[in-house]
Amino acid sequence: MKLHEFQAKELLAQEGVPVPAGKVAYTPEEAERIAKEYGKLVVIKAQVYVGGRGKAGGVKLAKPEESREVASKILGMDIKGLTVKKVLVAEAVDIAKEYYAGFIIDRSTQRVVLMLSKEGGVDIEEVAKTNPSAIVKYAIDPHKGLRGFEARQVVKEAGLEGNLNRLAGAIVKLYKAFVKSDASLAEINPLVVTDQGDVVAADAKINLDDNALFRHPDLARLREVEAEHPLEIEASNYGFAYVKLDGDVGVIGNGAGLVMYTLDLVNRAGGKPANFLDIGGGAKADVVYNAVKLVAKDPDVKGIFINIFGGITRADEVAKGVIKALEEGIIKVPVVMRVAGTAEEEAKKLLEGKPIYLYPNSLEAASAIVTMVGGQK
Amino acid sequence: MSILVNKDTRVLVQGITGREGRFHAEQMQKYGTKIVAGVTPGKGGQEALGVPVYDTVAEALKNHTVDASIIFVPAAAAADAALEAAHAGVPLVILITEGIPTLDMVAAVKEIKDLGVRLIGGNCPGLISSEEAKLGIMPGHVFKKGRVGLISRSGTLTYEAAAALSNSGLGTTTTVGIGGDPIIGTTFKDLLPLFNDDPETEAVVVIGEIGGSDEEEAAAWVKENMKKPVVGFIGGRSAPKGKRMGHAGAIIMGDVGTPESKLKAFAEAGIPVADTIDEIVDLVKKAL
Repeated sequence: MKLHEFQAKELLAQEGVPVPAGKVAYTPEEAERIAKEYGKLVVIKAQVYVGGRGKAGGVKLAKPEESREVASKILGMDIKGLTVKKVLVAEAVDIAKEYYAGFIIDRSTQRVVLMLSKEGGVDIEEVAKTNPSAIVKYAIDPHKGLRGFEARQVVKEAGLEGNLNRLAGAIVKLYKAFVKSDASLAEINPLVVTDQGDVVAADAKINLDDNALFRHPDLARLREVEAEHPLEIEASNYGFAYVKLDGDVGVIGNGAGLVMYTLDLVNRAGGKPANFLDIGGGAKADVVYNAVKLVAKDPDVKGIFINIFGGITRADEVAKGVIKALEEGIIKVPVVMRVAGTAEEEAKKLLEGKPIYLYPNSLEAASAIVTMVGGQK
Repeated sequence: MSILVNKDTRVLVQGITGREGRFHAEQMQKYGTKIVAGVTPGKGGQEALGVPVYDTVAEALKNHTVDASIIFVPAAAAADAALEAAHAGVPLVILITEGIPTLDMVAAVKEIKDLGVRLIGGNCPGLISSEEAKLGIMPGHVFKKGRVGLISRSGTLTYEAAAALSNSGLGTTTTVGIGGDPIIGTTFKDLLPLFNDDPETEAVVVIGEIGGSDEEEAAAWVKENMKKPVVGFIGGRSAPKGKRMGHAGAIIMGDVGTPESKLKAFAEAGIPVADTIDEIVDLVKKAL
């Protein structure tokens, strides 16, 4: 789950990381009121869940008297398909130096890793590509945490200039915020050293670990459902792992690996999947019925491919769910199925004579559905 | 022969009185797995599936010799349960639970490794030595005893591959589902040496998927050390960047975890890659 910049900054401020004074505005008038309250140059920043806001024109400096007009241009703006509904109005900072500080969970070291770079204020993935030696990485012992001396050493190694204790202090506090909120990513970019020598988090980003949200009900409440695809919201209410994709073949299967493989097969056959939907293990007929209903509701879907390998999940339960959806008339597009494994024979018997195209293997089924939706190469 | 577990392995089930734990423990017993005891905090003194239930792993170990523990404890308490088993002295811990907080796993994996205990999972289907012992949630009937070692990040896709290998007459020695999470106890490269040394395993199939760099690390190990043929597979090759495909670990971040990088690593190590599950069988036959 992603947090907005202003929410991430609140978490940082709670740990004692200095952040510029700022408030959220939903209208140009509110933005003006906030800017006038500060009575100095402000930065008005679109609060949407995507990067590249600056390039898209969603971040602008404004004097208090310009703030209403600037905010009115940013509010309602479309950035990568998301409508800007609120802006952060924050005091502008005098930038002497811009650095990057971030924490991620690194799979190969199996640790939380600190990444620190002199190249701040720009896309860190770009830096990683063009100048990887400009990023210093440091893996943290999960039982000891990040200590002050370690942070100071990394600051020196990365060549950051400025008050060493303030820089290292901000980094240790960022780590504390990461752990306390069960984040999967926390970064300050840029970490600014001001003309006065202060260290300030001018921008911040925190992504939370979905698996740990149960122990952070206050953070879980911040999820903004309108930012997600409506079908993804409905799917999450059903407890499905669902991802909306941009093709026209609806895909349903049991097990993330099998569903990913099914997407690959549709692509190989020259088609484009409309979604990823994993019904999980041991799904009963009603779960399958809900899955079919959800996918059939997607206006992009011109055909549905259901790929089942029965293990804990029984193929006949899947068949029952599909048949129920057929009988209720909610499927208006062709359905191709492949069932194997547990209760395969029972499933085939149930599906006999039903308006479903049953194939013995995944490859043939994939070609068939792609032909049916007219997407064959 | 097999790796890690066989028909003599004495198994403890943590969470044996829960719905999932009881169901799967019963399936494991039916397969022939030797379950000696169970643990559920607060239910010590009861009996489940014909074996005694203890409050703690330490108590169970006072009364039984245990070679492996399998964990079906809810996500919030799962890492703690794995630590409990490791500290009590269980040498092999299989963590089935899905949805464990990642930072819990970062801390637990380090501590369990420091204790010299092997952890498999979390969020995994477990492992099975065909026709000997099942410590997991896979459908046992698709695994026929044979010549191929199988390692996978996926569940269902593993069953598909095992079924294809069984139907072809090749069969499997041991199959290990290592799990779909970003932080897991055992990776491909940890298991390859065991298969390399197992006299009955003649070839190994590695079913990888997008995300992370486990496949690249495994390929590097194979290139330097492996004496037996290895066949690869990569799931999620058509998945868009940055989207999490069910498994928390199956996500391409920047340039890490792309199918191109994995295919290249396999090619450099001389590992043939199957485009489809059925092709795995052809490639194994060709390699043997």
